[in-house]
Amino acid sequence: MRDKRMGVDDVVAGLRDGMTIGIGGWGSRRKPMALVTAIAKSSLKDLTVVSYGGPDVGMLCATGKVRKAVYGFVSLDSIPLDPHFRKARQDGGIEVSEFDEGALQWGLYAAALRLPFLPTRSGLGSDVMRNNHDLRTVDSPYDDGEKLLAMPAIHLDAALVHLNRADMFGNTQYLGPDIYFDDLYCLAAEKRYVSCERIVDTAELLAAGPPQSLRINRMMVDGVVEAPGGAGFTSCVPDYGRDEAAQKAYAAGEIFVEASR
Amino acid sequence: MSDVTRAEICVAACAEAWRGDEEIIASPMGLIPAIGARLAKLTFAPGLMLSDGGADYLTDPTGADSHVEAHIPYRQLFDFVWHGSRHVMMGASQLDKFGNQNISAIGSDFTRPKAQLIGVRGAPGNTINHPTSYWIAAHSPKVFVEQVDVVSGLGYDRARGIGHAARFHELRRVVTNLAVFDFQTRDNRMRIRSIHPGVSIDDVVEATGFVLVGTDNPATTPEPDAEALRLIREVLDPRNTREREVPSAKRG
Repeated sequence: MRDKRMGVDDVVAGLRDGMTIGIGGWGSRRKPMALVTAIAKSSLKDLTVVSYGGPDVGMLCATGKVRKAVYGFVSLDSIPLDPHFRKARQDGGIEVSEFDEGALQWGLYAAALRLPFLPTRSGLGSDVMRNNHDLRTVDSPYDDGEKLLAMPAIHLDAALVHLNRADMFGNTQYLGPDIYFDDLYCLAAEKRYVSCERIVDTAELLAAGPPQSLRINRMMVDGVVEAPGGAGFTSCVPDYGRDEAAQKAYAAGEIFVEASR
Repeated sequence: MSDVTRAEICVAACAEAWRGDEEIIASPMGLIPAIGARLAKLTFAPGLMLSDGGADYLTDPTGADSHVEAHIPYRQLFDFVWHGSRHVMMGASQLDKFGNQNISAIGSDFTRPKAQLIGVRGAPGNTINHPTSYWIAAHSPKVFVEQVDVVSGLGYDRARGIGHAARFHELRRVVTNLAVFDFQTRDNRMRIRSIHPGVSIDDVVEATGFVLVGTDNPATTPEPDAEALRLIREVLDPRNTREREVPSAKRG
């Protein structure tokens, strides 16, 4: 077993221009904002960002880091739309692939399982098919003959996720209501970076939650960053809820707002 | 003259969308649909599963003696969506005569939209997999358009175009602050099902950007009965938040 602890800057140093980066969390919930902020302040550029989008997407758009965004939605939850993402779109400044949010999961899952695609109905008949010219359908080889969307694997060069606890080896624990897709991001990526509220001894992990809260383990992780408050103003329950005042300031244009807690 | 408000009529009309649904997830989006779904569960659709807004599902929508009965995180929610055990009531920035819905972007150039909205979200998957209804708090010709800019949720013409794969597609109701609509016509064109008390046919026609079916002698949307009214006013929404979504100033 390897001690995988590193700093935020080590994560950024492992990234390159043009990479496809998957960012965990959901909307304005458990976003790895410490890592995202460091990327926003770096010289990295031309990134493809894959996300159940929140302020991660908005911040990286506002700082000119995004060549392409891959998402089902971008929302701040209590503020329905992220103004920075909207501006980038309305300026024609970024490419996008907008998918059904269930199909997006399927794309990550296909990459995780090293499959070229997974079949689904979700997207058929909608303008997702028109706005993503590279999407293909596949005919069921069985008697039903159903025509389905072949949702392509979304391979990630790097995954960034923020959870509640981890040990130095990368065994990682969520204590909130939902893992979202964080484990899939890790399995779909070449390099997997976890930030967490607190690094604890392996022996202490089960003090905070049951074994089934250990949804990401050391096979799935290359770097562990201790980043208290690392979800920024997004929610990271039970450690803290969303900082609505800070989120409002972000939406009003203060991109690098500090959450107060 | 009844003292029932427009908002209360809308709550009851939204609740009606789930009538007949058994043990499935009811996913209301918007304040009045949320009150409506809870009203349905408390009265004629006790089997409905209702979330707390997150991954936990609660037994008692009044909150009085409520327990978590199920835990369905997003990963598993999509299983239920694709399994068909759900009836969602979504909003729409645009909706057309066949029920195509847009929540993605406004404008003809998707590479540079006039207005970026939230994104297609789960609308393509919802509409192709399980029953869908819509709630429009402010009925206007900007919402009810001849053709939507980005088809997010499928209407009946799009569903017909993909044949067998759309066999689970069903648009059940559209409830607005003016009227209730369904698609029970020969070609599944949206038709007036009922008009809310105090609203005229002309009001509805003027606020709709396409030609409506069912304008001859439409029914009047029923008012909630005494028990439903009591539940809405005293139990489900004692702070009258419904009034914010549909103000009753125009009540005739």
